[in-house]
Amino acid sequence: MTNIVVLVKQVPDTYSERKLSDSDHTLDRESADAVIDEINERSVEEALKIKEAGEGEVTVLSVGPDRATDAIRKALSMGADKAIHVSDESLHGSDMVATAKVIAAALGKVDSYDLVIAGNEASDGRGGAIPAMLAELLGVPQLTHARQVTVEGTSIKVDRETEDGITHVEASLPAVVSVTEKINEPRYPSFKGIMAAKKKPVETLTVADLGVDAGEVGLGSAWSTVLEASPKPPRTAGQRVEDEGDGGSKVAEYLVGQKLI
Amino acid sequence: MIDFRLDDEYEALRKTVHDFAQNEVAPVIGGFYEREEFPYGLVAKMAEMGLFGLPFPEEFGGMGGDYFALCLALEELARVDSSVAVTLEAGVSLGAMPIHRFGSAEQKREWLPSLCSGEALGAFGLTEPGGGSDAGATRTTARLENGEWVINGSKAFITNSGTDITRLVTITAITGQQDGRKEISAIIVPSGTPGFTVAPKYSKVGWNASDTHELAFSDCRVPAENLVGERGRGYAQFLSILDEGRVAIAALGVGLAQGCVDECLRYVGEREAFGNKIGAYQAIQFKIADMELRAHTARLAYYEAAAKMLRGEPFKKEAAIAKLASSNAAMDNSRDATQIFGGYGFMNEFPVGRFYRDAKILEVGEGTSEVQRMLIARELGLR
Ligand SMILES: Cc1cc2nc3c(=O)[nH]c(=O)nc-3n(C[C@H](O)[C@H](O)[C@H](O)COP(=O)(O)OP(=O)(O)OC[C@H]3O[C@@H](n4cnc5c(N)ncnc54)[C@H](O)[C@@H]3O)c2cc1C
Repeated sequence: MTNIVVLVKQVPDTYSERKLSDSDHTLDRESADAVIDEINERSVEEALKIKEAGEGEVTVLSVGPDRATDAIRKALSMGADKAIHVSDESLHGSDMVATAKVIAAALGKVDSYDLVIAGNEASDGRGGAIPAMLAELLGVPQLTHARQVTVEGTSIKVDRETEDGITHVEASLPAVVSVTEKINEPRYPSFKGIMAAKKKPVETLTVADLGVDAGEVGLGSAWSTVLEASPKPPRTAGQRVEDEGDGGSKVAEYLVGQKLI
Repeated sequence: MIDFRLDDEYEALRKTVHDFAQNEVAPVIGGFYEREEFPYGLVAKMAEMGLFGLPFPEEFGGMGGDYFALCLALEELARVDSSVAVTLEAGVSLGAMPIHRFGSAEQKREWLPSLCSGEALGAFGLTEPGGGSDAGATRTTARLENGEWVINGSKAFITNSGTDITRLVTITAITGQQDGRKEISAIIVPSGTPGFTVAPKYSKVGWNASDTHELAFSDCRVPAENLVGERGRGYAQFLSILDEGRVAIAALGVGLAQGCVDECLRYVGEREAFGNKIGAYQAIQFKIADMELRAHTARLAYYEAAAKMLRGEPFKKEAAIAKLASSNAAMDNSRDATQIFGGYGFMNEFPVGRFYRDAKILEVGEGTSEVQRMLIARELGLR
């Protein structure tokens, strides 16, 4: 019996134009299509695989505005059993530290959990620190950047992939795992799954319900502030090097000029 | 007033199939099409998503959805490729539906679970080399002998009849005379039955990644229990299923027509001529506006036909109108789209060329455009 909580974030679709709002430099959620983060589809898939290999229950946990229910529904239609949605105006602009606190508090509302699965980083903020912060707050082992996860009884083995190579790590449950894109190929929900998702329980909670002080979260209490933001400059046309027998050295000269070699 | 907004679960299904078509089908289908190869891997993935069980009850392994859900899936698939869409369409509405509607409890138990899961494919053989529109042209015979049907004859252009996962073909055959008229019945012939041969696949103008064969029956024997529904009702049963099938084909045609718009919108924003993106020229803009108009109106036509069907109201005329509007839209849009693509439109590597080749069959399959007009005229009281 492995009870798993999957952390799911709704993000602007990477195909649409993503921008920050002019007023407070937080994500402009209205300007883009909102979808479940792709990495979280994989997190859900991994949870379902572990559940299907043995027994257990998969709970989706999402912190986000009201319309994050769409992302939650998607996870439920893939096969997760139930969901907790933390939605509160005061969370607007929260940084990672505050978000991790809220998630940790929300985990207290789950009967019992053996494993928390997150994506290694969200495709919008790309902070990538929530899983580690959460593990610290919960006082449980963290196994991040997993490209393979095996649960055996009360222990978990993970192949952790970083630029330096692959590390095999092992811990006892409960634990927090974050997965990379390589972990699996997520399933497409079936129509039966879509219909069933409508009837699955979603508990909506405010920060007050979690016993978190609204003053500890949100833009005002973030540890860092965005002062200014500007869109990426458009890519300029490249420089063309004609090969008149000396193409190689011209390319080398160019690269030296750019301090690249 | 009728509301054409999709319910949440229909919208979620549409979106899911849309993502599947874009992410899984689009990148690989061109190769299958060019090699004239049946895409087993894609069909298996569609099966995993439960698409083959969409309109069937859960007790047979279906998804508990309805025919409109199937239509939405077909539209989104055909927006990217018609071969995979028709594989699903024929598998569900020709392969499994006759058994679900008219089959015995035993037949349903035996066949539906594997057809719904998409592990197996079924086919329906009505058309013969001597004629398709006219049921009177049926020559294939089946006579009862020692508790078995002995089948002789042939069938032409039968979709899904010869894949590695095809398990059965339900055929229509003359089983006797009734009041001086041919008595036509439907009979299940399992694949591999001795005396049943599947000819090598046709070389086709379009639908090249879909499976189509001529079938021959020579003293082919199947148990008497393989009769589907009532003896002598084979053609009538098939006609009732064909009305639904027309709505499904209409959805498929709308997908193709919309796919043409999708491709053109992308292309005209990139291609330049005489110093401008070609999308800046009004001649091109108007073409695309007309294409959107055709796709949109044909979609409304099939939504309405489907709505009537699901409410249990007569929908024969609406189904015929939807199929006619949609096949016209598919033909016209694929012609315009290939024109907008210029020389690239004539190249197989671009989807619009494939759309052009795939559109033609929509004016013929599951009732020709002439037949649709005959049906509409008849519904208007013209005899
Ligand atoms: C790729 C493909 C897949 C197919 N899959 C299947 C399948 O799975 N199962 C199956 O049973 N069939 C299948 N068909 C057959 C298809 O349904 C028939 O081709 C179609 O119904 C037309 O029949 P026909 O080809 O015999 O044309 P005909 O009936 O010979 O018609 C020839 C022409 O005459 C016109 N015509 C006929 N009668 C009249 C009339 N009274 N007044 C005016 N015009 C008339 C027709 O509209 C047509 O233009 C498939 C065909 C193709 C090409």
